[in-house]
Amino acid sequence: MAIDIKDIIKPENLVYSKSSLLTNRPMHYCPGCSHGVVNKIIAEVIEELGIQEDVIGVAPVGCSVLMYNYIEVDWHEAAHGRAPAVGTGIKRLLPEKYVFTYQGDGDCAAIGTAETIHACNRGENIVMVFINNGIYGMTGGQMAPTTLQGMKASTCPFGRDVQRDGNPLKMTDIVATLPGTCYVTRQAVHTAAAVRKTKKAIIKAFENQKNKKGTSFVEVVSTCNSGWKMTPMESNKWMEANMFPFYPLGDLKNE
Amino acid sequence: MREIRLMKGNEAIAEAAIRCGADGYFGYPITPQSEVMETLMALKPWETTGMVVLQAESEIASINMLYGGAGCGKKVMTSSSSPGISLMQEGLTYLAGAELPCVVVNVVRGGPGLGTIQPAQSDYFQAVKGGGHGDYKLIVLAPSSVQEMADFVELAFDLAFKYRNPAMILSDGMIGQMMEKVEMKPYRPRWTSEEIANLHPWATTGKPKSRERNIITSVELDANAFEVFNHKLQKKYQQMEEEEVRFEEFQCDDADYLFVAYGSSARICQKSVQILRGKGVKVGLLRPITLFPFPSKKIAELSNRLKGILSVEMSAGQMVEDVKLAVGCKVKVEHFGRYGGVIHSPEEVVDALEKKIIGG
Ligand SMILES: Cc1ncc(C[n+]2csc(CCOP(=O)(O)OP(=O)(O)O)c2C)c(N)n1
Ligand code: SF4
Ligand SMILES: [Mg+2]
Repeated sequence: MAIDIKDIIKPENLVYSKSSLLTNRPMHYCPGCSHGVVNKIIAEVIEELGIQEDVIGVAPVGCSVLMYNYIEVDWHEAAHGRAPAVGTGIKRLLPEKYVFTYQGDGDCAAIGTAETIHACNRGENIVMVFINNGIYGMTGGQMAPTTLQGMKASTCPFGRDVQRDGNPLKMTDIVATLPGTCYVTRQAVHTAAAVRKTKKAIIKAFENQKNKKGTSFVEVVSTCNSGWKMTPMESNKWMEANMFPFYPLGDLKNE
Repeated sequence: MREIRLMKGNEAIAEAAIRCGADGYFGYPITPQSEVMETLMALKPWETTGMVVLQAESEIASINMLYGGAGCGKKVMTSSSSPGISLMQEGLTYLAGAELPCVVVNVVRGGPGLGTIQPAQSDYFQAVKGGGHGDYKLIVLAPSSVQEMADFVELAFDLAFKYRNPAMILSDGMIGQMMEKVEMKPYRPRWTSEEIANLHPWATTGKPKSRERNIITSVELDANAFEVFNHKLQKKYQQMEEEEVRFEEFQCDDADYLFVAYGSSARICQKSVQILRGKGVKVGLLRPITLFPFPSKKIAELSNRLKGILSVEMSAGQMVEDVKLAVGCKVKVEHFGRYGGVIHSPEEVVDALEKKIIGG
């Protein structure tokens, strides 16, 4: 007997639905990319906390530059690396609103290093989400400040040479040392369990903002399968084997 | 009752900001304008009007804090001097591209490089031609007294919000540091959140159910759509050229010769006009108050009955290009100015007119 799709799409069979805050716009991210998963988590968190009308997001320059197309809140699209300064301006003038920034590793830990460190050091009462995929995804896979030693990228085609290029930078460890941060954690989204943990971390970060505790900084160790030139499955395995030993998951600070 | 005070140009900027209902100031210290933030910090406006004052980690951060605040429909401003303004250029083009209003004060010092801390007018090109990348303009006001330093803060905010465009007050170290009497304006209350939502429906205030979400952005990946957006910007700049040109004339009616000078140089040229008139030379002064939009039409109109024009600027010759463009080749136009932090004397200006224009 042939199965009719109409017999399956019924309310009693519903096991999952997308957040009402996610727009219907198809995401531009490469299939398998971590960005889409983290965008979705943020939409879910805002919806579940019921704070949609009070949230202002700050998108970076990087693959997530168009993130404002996907979540139904007010947005600013910042210049490359400047999201923490833009977020500071918003939060200082609208202290009762929730402000979050979302940045890649080039954005947060190279060109925007000063803005990142000083926003955290002032303890700006905002949520900062940091997508560490070890590469410049948007511009075609160049070396990032986070690219691992020996890891190949288009501007280090024979692998990162620390003598020449310096060592990969652990921005999350740096901001954890600053008194302005109240919560600093490193998560991932490669498994269902990891997704749940990241979601919990982002919920906590927004709750900290509600309680005016200071800066919450959530790193998500991520894959860029296109830039890494791997399938999504291979990327996840490679990340576990190579990224996690250098960027271990877990809370660095939780006050 | 009139409230008259003796104050420095930089202090006047700070006082005027609080009085005109500014919501936020973000800045980074640099001579010769640090008194702006020092005055604000000493006045503690967060305890009175509620204005926020924050020292940023750099001018890059300051201008991006403005981008954040301006996007929320708030009246935000910064001040700096030449090297700091150079660092802000990326932020300024983003503000122009996102059509955000804000006020930026440049108390110019001599360049290039770290240069001097003495007054100069050598940031004219950067101010009036855009400064950062892309086809955009700032509204540029040039005060020539401490009174105008104060008055132009409010004017700059009004124009910035009218056109949704960044406005710059292009001053210099002389007016920033000089003390003069200033008549203070009464306090204007800051906008309430309801007023902001009504006046600036584009502002990111948190999305209520009643409206679509607001997005502050300057990115558009479709070139054709972006050309259309650029047309809109150009129309806006044209409207400014039609409606916002401001200037002051000094003894122009019967003039054979004309000085064109703004800010400090205009003050010096007033004295030069007096000296020359004493010698029987019929000379006048046109002082542009808006540098963009530039009083080109007025200069063209005056040039019909002039024998020559001297553009006087504390630079190697920047504004002179706009004077020449305005005049075409109808009359002789020359530049004079000391620069690199040196201020010309009225006598040097007289000499230059006699040698370069009358005798030349
Ligand atoms: C001032 C400036 N310099 C360089 C660029 C080009 N650029 C755009 S995105 C990017 C790197 C993005 O990498 P990352 O922040 O890691 O984000 P990802 O795409 O990996 O998520 C660069 C260098 C730019 N837009 N602006
Ligand atoms: S290039 Fe990399 S980071 Fe960008 S969308 Fe594709 S997979 Fe994601
Ligand atoms: Mg990256």
